[in-house]
Amino acid sequence: MFHYWFLSSCKSISYGSRVKFHTRMDLNQKRARSVDPDLVSPESTTSPFPDEVLEPVLSLIDSHKDRSSVSLVCKDWYHAERWSRRHVFIGNCYSVSPEIVAGRFPKIRSVTLKGKPRFSDFNLVPEDWGADVYPWLSVLAKAYPFLEELRLKRMAVSDDSLRFLATNFHEFKALSLLSCDGFSTDGLKAIATHCKNLTELDIQENGIDDIGGDWLSCFPESLTSLQVLNFASLNSEVSFNALEKLVARCKSLRVLKVNRNINLDQLQKLLLRAPQLTELGTGTFTQDLVTRPVADLETTFGYCKNLLTLSGLWDSNSLYLPVINPACASLTFLNLSCATLLSFELTMLLMNCKSLRRLWVLDTVGDRGLEAVGSWCPLLEELRVFPADPFEQEEVAGVTESGLVSVSRGCPNLHYVLYFCHQMTNAAVATVVQNCPGFTHFRLCIMNPGQPDYQTNEPMDEAFGAVVRTCPKLQRLAVSGLLTDLTFEYIGKYAKNLEILSVAFAGSSDLGLKYVLGGCPRLRKLEIRDCPFGNAALLSGLTKYESMRSLWMSACNLTMNGCRVLAKEMPRLNVEVMKDEDSEDSQAHKVYIYRTVAGPRRDAPPFVLTL
Amino acid sequence: MSVPLEHDYIGLSDASSSSEPLNNISSDNVSTNVFNLKATELSLGLPGFAKSSDENATKLGHVIKNYMSGAKRGFCDVNGSGKWGLNGGSEAGLCKEINGGFEKKQSQQLISSSDVKLGEKDKKSHAGESGNVPPSAKAQVVGWPPIRSFRKNTMATNMSKSGGDMAEGNSGSGGCLYVKVSMDGAPYLRKIDLKIYHNYAELSKALEKMFSCFTLGQCSSKGIKGQERFTESNLKDLLHGSECVLTYEDKDGDWMLVGDVPWEMFIDSCKRLRIMKGSEAIGLAPRSTDKCKNRN
Repeated sequence: MFHYWFLSSCKSISYGSRVKFHTRMDLNQKRARSVDPDLVSPESTTSPFPDEVLEPVLSLIDSHKDRSSVSLVCKDWYHAERWSRRHVFIGNCYSVSPEIVAGRFPKIRSVTLKGKPRFSDFNLVPEDWGADVYPWLSVLAKAYPFLEELRLKRMAVSDDSLRFLATNFHEFKALSLLSCDGFSTDGLKAIATHCKNLTELDIQENGIDDIGGDWLSCFPESLTSLQVLNFASLNSEVSFNALEKLVARCKSLRVLKVNRNINLDQLQKLLLRAPQLTELGTGTFTQDLVTRPVADLETTFGYCKNLLTLSGLWDSNSLYLPVINPACASLTFLNLSCATLLSFELTMLLMNCKSLRRLWVLDTVGDRGLEAVGSWCPLLEELRVFPADPFEQEEVAGVTESGLVSVSRGCPNLHYVLYFCHQMTNAAVATVVQNCPGFTHFRLCIMNPGQPDYQTNEPMDEAFGAVVRTCPKLQRLAVSGLLTDLTFEYIGKYAKNLEILSVAFAGSSDLGLKYVLGGCPRLRKLEIRDCPFGNAALLSGLTKYESMRSLWMSACNLTMNGCRVLAKEMPRLNVEVMKDEDSEDSQAHKVYIYRTVAGPRRDAPPFVLTL
Repeated sequence: MSVPLEHDYIGLSDASSSSEPLNNISSDNVSTNVFNLKATELSLGLPGFAKSSDENATKLGHVIKNYMSGAKRGFCDVNGSGKWGLNGGSEAGLCKEINGGFEKKQSQQLISSSDVKLGEKDKKSHAGESGNVPPSAKAQVVGWPPIRSFRKNTMATNMSKSGGDMAEGNSGSGGCLYVKVSMDGAPYLRKIDLKIYHNYAELSKALEKMFSCFTLGQCSSKGIKGQERFTESNLKDLLHGSECVLTYEDKDGDWMLVGDVPWEMFIDSCKRLRIMKGSEAIGLAPRSTDKCKNRN
């Protein structure tokens, strides 16, 4: 992973200081004068690629990994790259400061910023932890007044921040908020009101204070540029009148995802206005009073020839679901994770979905439903099965190992799976990966912590052993069930391309973590909870953490002293311990470790100690 | 090792997880118990359901295993006393889905409630084998299973809206809280889930919307749902906002004005709602809907 951070501190501290030196240089000077024995290339003074050629060529490179590689070639390329970069991706907002970013990249139009550790999605990170976007916005406003796009994930975003954004960036076009919190619909009002060139407003799965207030009506009549509008996760009603008019005048609208309050009749009207949609998220998909024939809606879906993605479908049932049939044949992504479908309902639907590449469902469809997936969707690449009732104390019907096996049999291209189930066997997992050796993402959640193979009563070690042995391209792995250190031995030994690993309620001793830290050369993100890993294991990875984005360990056996040792040995890491009232003073209950060039956080709340 | 699939010949809803046959269940492995939430059927059966060795067992009915195992005795006691006066001396094996155990108060509803179902066929009852380690001992762990809050909330409302109507007035189960809503003069009642609202304002709005087809110009989305069975004169007779009073029946059976108590207390004690109109409403506190809206 060679993104921005890596550049700053790879190889040696001296390189880091060179970076700083460059950022203070007059930005007009594109060629560095200092001679650097590490990086000088023979062509540095007589480059066959003058800037006028290099920059346009480099501007065609989008991937930030590639760009980081480019910037390492030589000084010329470093400068050409930084001048031509338009989009910067910052995977951890605390790994770098906004000033450093602004100093290095003068012409950014698009920023992607990620904040809190992923486990904050599951309430493991206290509120007010940080990741406030405001400090970034104030720097960005000065450095990039023409910023067009901002994509935030797990950041704290206040209404004030949204107002600031709306009023300080006059070319602002695209806002995407995923899993953020701290704002309300008032903030959205500001965006709708002030962003005259808005093309994208994508609000997903946030902790939003939905106080209604008709934010959607704040889009001016003159706004016709909208291409993406996603407010599916908002609870309050919007004015349908305003929405219909907005959809009607935005001829380039290609993504529309409404919330549950929009009913079928309203959906019908919207679709008539926007048959060009490529992605549609419906509202509630049932109604008590049949006020217009179902056939009308079905016909309307037939007009939407470009539809590739369908989601929403709340409350759908066999009465109304068939209306989407005309659109099914061309669908590539079907998100049924809000629809409690039964197996026969899913089967009837999937019979028409022969082009499907990605499918998200609830486990109400059961193993029978998954059989249908295997039967009807041979091109499937991604499957996510969410539990309809995850917190039900009792074992309830859901999916089992056989459902997953059925899918793997029918879908050889399957490479991404997220599977919540109540039972699994080693044999089944082995079969699955044998059928689909191309897995890149294998996320298995056996919902009862520490549960063994239900047939043999053995740990699930062999299951994940099979995964890492059989799938050389594996990038992301989430393990569950009863696991001993053996699982981690397998992972460390075989998972050469693994980048993200999630572990919970697993392992027997320090050895487990040591195996992983000793192997997995490409590991970037490691998140661990409730495992018996202690200081010795933590410290065994001393040299590894700088090559990773972050490490999270909670409810393990770490102590403050262990963390202090780590912090002392590795000054370029931030070792943060979150204290909570329950744990003793010597225990390090929640530890978050990440590399940074920005030093310790200046905005850490009182319960976060940076050692 | 292939797992033979069981087919639900009855054609009842998802017998999805019936795939693993009973053979595979080891007696000390409680994790194999899967019950079908969706397929429910009312029937009588013996209490202390026979341990099923029936190969064709289809999982019908939602049974909270621990209740069965733990509360079985309670049933026997209750039924044995003959209080219920059932014919044929067959003991009712009805179980009500209650969180955390029986409530005597509601036992009266056990027989009459049609919301509570049992499988007719032999179920995979692990009452015997499971008596030991109840999975409910797995207390809810923070952040587990790893599902985002957004999805959790969607599920909660989904579960309440789909299939399973919980027992009437049951506030025990965390997922939903259905109460009947009646409106004077309306031809039919509605049912809403109080748990999906967070304050009186939301409730008031939702009710407005729901009953908009019966009132005149109350709601902007009225036109959609209009089955305009009401004549003009009816509509005029119906109240405008200021003469409409929202009341609820609380646990004690008294009719109270909505909006007096904090929201949490309200949803705890509310059994049903009634939108009062017309002369009955006069004399009650006016502007009650305003009051509702003011409270947050």
